[in-house]
Amino acid sequence: MNQYEVNFIIDPVLSGDEIKSTASIYETLLKDQGCTIVHVNEMGLRQLAYPINKKSSGVYYCIEFTSLTGEVIGKMELSLRRDERIMRFLTVKLDKYGVKYNEDRRSGKITSYKKKEAKKKPYEGIAPVVKEEIIAPVPVPEVIVPEVIVPEAIVPEVIVPEAIVPEVIVPEVIVPEVIVPVVVAEEE
Amino acid sequence: MASRDDIKFLSNPTIGSQRKKYCRFKKFGIKYIDYKDSEFLLQFINEQGKLLPRRITGNSLKYQKLVAVAVKRSRHLGILPYVADLLK
Repeated sequence: MNQYEVNFIIDPVLSGDEIKSTASIYETLLKDQGCTIVHVNEMGLRQLAYPINKKSSGVYYCIEFTSLTGEVIGKMELSLRRDERIMRFLTVKLDKYGVKYNEDRRSGKITSYKKKEAKKKPYEGIAPVVKEEIIAPVPVPEVIVPEVIVPEAIVPEVIVPEAIVPEVIVPEVIVPEVIVPVVVAEEE
Repeated sequence: MASRDDIKFLSNPTIGSQRKKYCRFKKFGIKYIDYKDSEFLLQFINEQGKLLPRRITGNSLKYQKLVAVAVKRSRHLGILPYVADLLK
């Protein structure tokens, strides 16, 4: 028991009923020859990648069937070849992976491949948010650092009255602040 | 001065080292290549619609052959073009 798959493209110039009737001709032909039809996939009107018989679109059909012998395929292909309404056809024997793939496809386990560009964009959107979070805590330690220096700054203020330096110079105290911790480190 | 923990290399060591190629069919366990899925097959052909070589796609020989068959089938059915310009 082998499983086969026949694809054919029907002329889009025909009316909707004629297209359906041509597809059903081949279904009945296969059934009469003792095949069991697994699935009929109507892919609908599709744009062709290149013109076939001076037409730029076609109606795609895919019939999956199982057959004990491959003799049916010869008969079916002969009638497909003689049919003017069929633009192209292709018959393929499915291996066990192909059968499983088509079953999964029908049950919705496998979806058609999509480009990954859509996935990348949300990732780039998350990255800057993380950076902002990193920037936010950074100023916080900077605020703490001057607070630690403030008690140390009291030491130079004690020295200032001894020198009787005018209080106007007090803004310059920032410079001795930096030196003081260095002196403390040497003492330790 | 030179004993900073965050500096280990003078230059970026990842520059110049090529990423290892792999066969995506073996890695992700894909056993069947659908010739009707044009979006998937577009990964294995170039802008002109030609098949990309194994040295670029990284496919193993077994699956490169299956890819070639699938692309040729989809060309016959008018899903992929035989010749094209600016396909991607």
